[in-house]
Amino acid sequence: MGTGDPNGMGMAHALASSMGGIKTAGDLVARMQLRKMRLNEAKQYVAEKLGVSVLDLSDSTVMRTVREELDIGVVTAVPGLAKGLEAKARIADLLDIRINSVERLKAKTGLGAGAPA
Amino acid sequence: MSKTVTRMGDGSSVVRSRDEIRREVVEGSEAAAVKAKIPALEENEVDYLVDMFASPMRMWSVERGHEAVMTKDGGTNTLISSRLSSGIAAPIGRETAVRLFERAFAFDSMEVGHIDYSVKPSKFIVSVEQEHMELLQHTTVFPLFYGFMPNLGLYYRPDGQFENPSDLLPLGKIDAARRTQEEALEACHDDVVWQSRMFAETGADAINYDTVASTGDAEFLATLRATRTISSETDMPVEVSMAAEMVLGFHGELEYEGTRLAGLWPHQQMKLVERAGAAIFGPVVNNNSKKSCAWNVARAATFVKACTAEATIPIHPNVGNGVGGVPMFEVSPLDMVSRASAAMIEIGKADGL
Repeated sequence: MGTGDPNGMGMAHALASSMGGIKTAGDLVARMQLRKMRLNEAKQYVAEKLGVSVLDLSDSTVMRTVREELDIGVVTAVPGLAKGLEAKARIADLLDIRINSVERLKAKTGLGAGAPA
Repeated sequence: MSKTVTRMGDGSSVVRSRDEIRREVVEGSEAAAVKAKIPALEENEVDYLVDMFASPMRMWSVERGHEAVMTKDGGTNTLISSRLSSGIAAPIGRETAVRLFERAFAFDSMEVGHIDYSVKPSKFIVSVEQEHMELLQHTTVFPLFYGFMPNLGLYYRPDGQFENPSDLLPLGKIDAARRTQEEALEACHDDVVWQSRMFAETGADAINYDTVASTGDAEFLATLRATRTISSETDMPVEVSMAAEMVLGFHGELEYEGTRLAGLWPHQQMKLVERAGAAIFGPVVNNNSKKSCAWNVARAATFVKACTAEATIPIHPNVGNGVGGVPMFEVSPLDMVSRASAAMIEIGKADGL
C-alpha cells in the first residue's frame, strides 16, 4: 500500500477500494491471492467454497451472518465464536488450503497430520 | 464552462476546467507510454478519469463488486512510529496496533515489522520479531506478513563494511564501484534469506520485501535471488514491492536469468519477479509534484495497466505518499487518495493495493 497518515492514506484506501477484511471476506480472498490467484479467480474460488455470490463477498450485511454460521471469525466481539487460530483452522478446512500457523499448531499439539502443501 | 477544484501532485489545490483535465489525463498517460513503450489509455478509460477529476465530490470509490485486497507495508508504523512513516506515535504496542487494523479498520491483511524496517538492524533482534509474529498468529484471523526492506545502502560505509560506490564513482573508479556492489549484494541476499527463514518457522502467512531496488540493480538482484530461494524452499509466499518506477543502473551490468536489470520499467520488473516465484508484485510509479493529480493518476494507471495485462500473479501497486498518483504530502487528502485508489483498480485493473 504505502506510507501516509493512517486516516488519510490507509483508511482512505480501505474505504474507497478494499474488500473489508474479516468484516466481509477480504481475508479469505487475500489468502487465495497468496496462492498466486488473480483477484477474480480468488473471489470466484472463495464464493464457491462459501456458497455465496461474488458480490456477497464484499457485503458486510451478508458476510456477517455467513461468517457466524461457518464460525470462521467475525469482526465484532461475540463470546463463544471461534477466535484467532481456532477460526483459521476452520478457514483452512473450508478453503482447502494450508495455513502455516495452523500447521504449526497441529505439529505442536499432534491434533492433525497437516494438510498437503 | 464549469470548473472544479482539484489538486497538484504536492497536494495543493488548483482549479481546472473539464477540457484542461482531459488534456492533463491524456498527457499523463502518453508520458508513461513514451517512457516505457507501453500502450496509452483508451478513450473510455480517459473518459472515466476525466469524470473522476471533474467531479466536485469529495470521495470517489470503486463500483460495488470491484473491491480489491489490501496489503500493508511499513507494518504498524503509521500508528506507532513518528515522521519516518507519517506515524502518529499512538501510545500502544505493535500487537494492539495489528489487532486494531484487523478489527477497527477492517484491513484485508496486515504486516508485522521492525520499526526501523530494514533487514540489517532487524536481524539482530529476530527473536523479538518472531515472538510478535507467533503471539499475533494466535489472536488474529487475517493473513499476517512479516515485512522489511533489503536496503542495500546500509551495507556500504559509513553504515556497513563495504566501500561505498557513491564515493568511488565520482573518482572514476567504475570497476571498483561495481565490485563493491557485487560483494555487498551477496551479504544483503544472505541476510534477506536468513531473516525470511526465521519467519517461515514462526507460521507467518507471507513475507514482504519492501522498497526493493532503492539502491538500484544490485539490490534488485539480491532480492530476486532471495525470492527464488524462499519461494522454492519454504511454504511461505513472497510479496515483492518496489521503491521506484525504474531500476537504477548503479552497477549497470547485472542480469537476472539473462535479463539486464538496469532501466527496467514496472511491467518488465513484474516478469522477473514472477519468474523468481513471488506470489504478489507491488509496482511503484513516482509522482511529479509539479503536475496535477489528474496527470499523475493517468500516468500511474497506464504503467499499472501494462503490468496487469500480462501478469499471472496478483498486482498490488503502491499508493502511499508520492507514488501511484497519491500526492507527495505527509497528511494525505482524502479526495485524491480515494481517486488514485479507485483508478488503480478500475483502470489499472490492479488485484489489490
